[in-house]
Amino acid sequence: MKISVTLNGVAVQEDVEPHLLAVAWIRERRRLTGTHIGCDTTQCGACTILLDGVSVKSCTLLAVSLDGHAVTTIEGLAANGQDLHPMQAAFKENHGLQCGFCTPGMIMRAVDIAIHRPEADEAEIRRELEGNICRCTGYRNIVAAVFAGAQAMRAARDK
Amino acid sequence: MKPFDYFRPGSVSGAVALAREQTCFLAGGMSLLPMMKHNLAVPVALIDLSAVPDLNGIRKTGDAIEIGAMTTHAAVASSVLVRETLPALVALVVGIGDPAVRNRGTIGGSLANNDPAADYPAGVLGLGATIVTDRREIAADDFFVASFTTALEPGELITAVRFPVPLAAGYVRFRSAASRFPLAGVFVARFTGGVRVAVTGAAPSVFRVPGFEAPLAKDFSPGAIEAVSVDPARMLSDINGGAAYRAHLVGVMARRAVAEAMG
Repeated sequence: MKISVTLNGVAVQEDVEPHLLAVAWIRERRRLTGTHIGCDTTQCGACTILLDGVSVKSCTLLAVSLDGHAVTTIEGLAANGQDLHPMQAAFKENHGLQCGFCTPGMIMRAVDIAIHRPEADEAEIRRELEGNICRCTGYRNIVAAVFAGAQAMRAARDK
Repeated sequence: MKPFDYFRPGSVSGAVALAREQTCFLAGGMSLLPMMKHNLAVPVALIDLSAVPDLNGIRKTGDAIEIGAMTTHAAVASSVLVRETLPALVALVVGIGDPAVRNRGTIGGSLANNDPAADYPAGVLGLGATIVTDRREIAADDFFVASFTTALEPGELITAVRFPVPLAAGYVRFRSAASRFPLAGVFVARFTGGVRVAVTGAAPSVFRVPGFEAPLAKDFSPGAIEAVSVDPARMLSDINGGAAYRAHLVGVMARRAVAEAMG
């Protein structure tokens, strides 16, 4: 089936099999390997992407379901592929990662939190990150990074 | 995943017309796709409901609240109408899965699946909701038949769920630390005509507890059911908890749900 997707701002058309998962399409066909496969069971969140601006787990999503929609992956956050997105910068500054495997999913989820719950405090950020697992268990810095990133995104928007 | 045919019809009648032996409707896919990955479900075709209009949305119909089958948990949780009329249902949906799952998962998909540990069946049975399909209306009391089994006929499609608004309601669950599914979740709803208590997670399918409902109708307080216990013989027993433990949890969660409903 032919799908038309706005992938990181670029219109893409491709023929895909109905049983192809969205994450497989993103990684293997589009070669955007920043979106990770951790558990493949909808639990860890390493595969989190934005679908029409809302975070979803791309391991439990069919590529055909992307048809007609806008997808943002971690590669699509940095403006012109150069300057880090405020949330990426916040993860860097707050050392919000250890091994880094969960980081792309964390950041995509964090962007959703910052957009939909810009006033979230630490407790709410922890609740909102329930579906993203860091097996290095570096949550303290991740939460600090999400908080700082949300503030930076708000400041950029208000400017 | 095994290959399958894929259809995305633009109407309820179109979706139902495509249904045949071993086809599945695809709503949010949060249960169906994981089952297909493990070959627990091997449909020959998926009928994707995402392009069917009118299945999505929340509206007031007379005294009831009607939620379209494709409405996501996230949409229910953020609905002002649901927050004002059915706050206990909001408490229920915000505990389903995780935020990203709630952005995809739908009420219709959850009910059609009837997972014994799903939250929604407790709310639907506890509130005595009506399941609206393409061909009829089914009372919640008749809908949940057994584990992963409902009263839906082959090819029958849920289009909406209609909830009566109670005087008060509460939902409290005890979750498995690993799976995050409830070991026991109890929904209590108080109406002018009586009290309904529905339990999920503890038994092979959601069930009501008349032993709680009668005393609560006379005295709506946690103390009214302090001495009432449920029979462990009908409870599930698995790696997450034994039958006696689950039976105990049902009592504790029911009392907490009553306290929650009392505000």
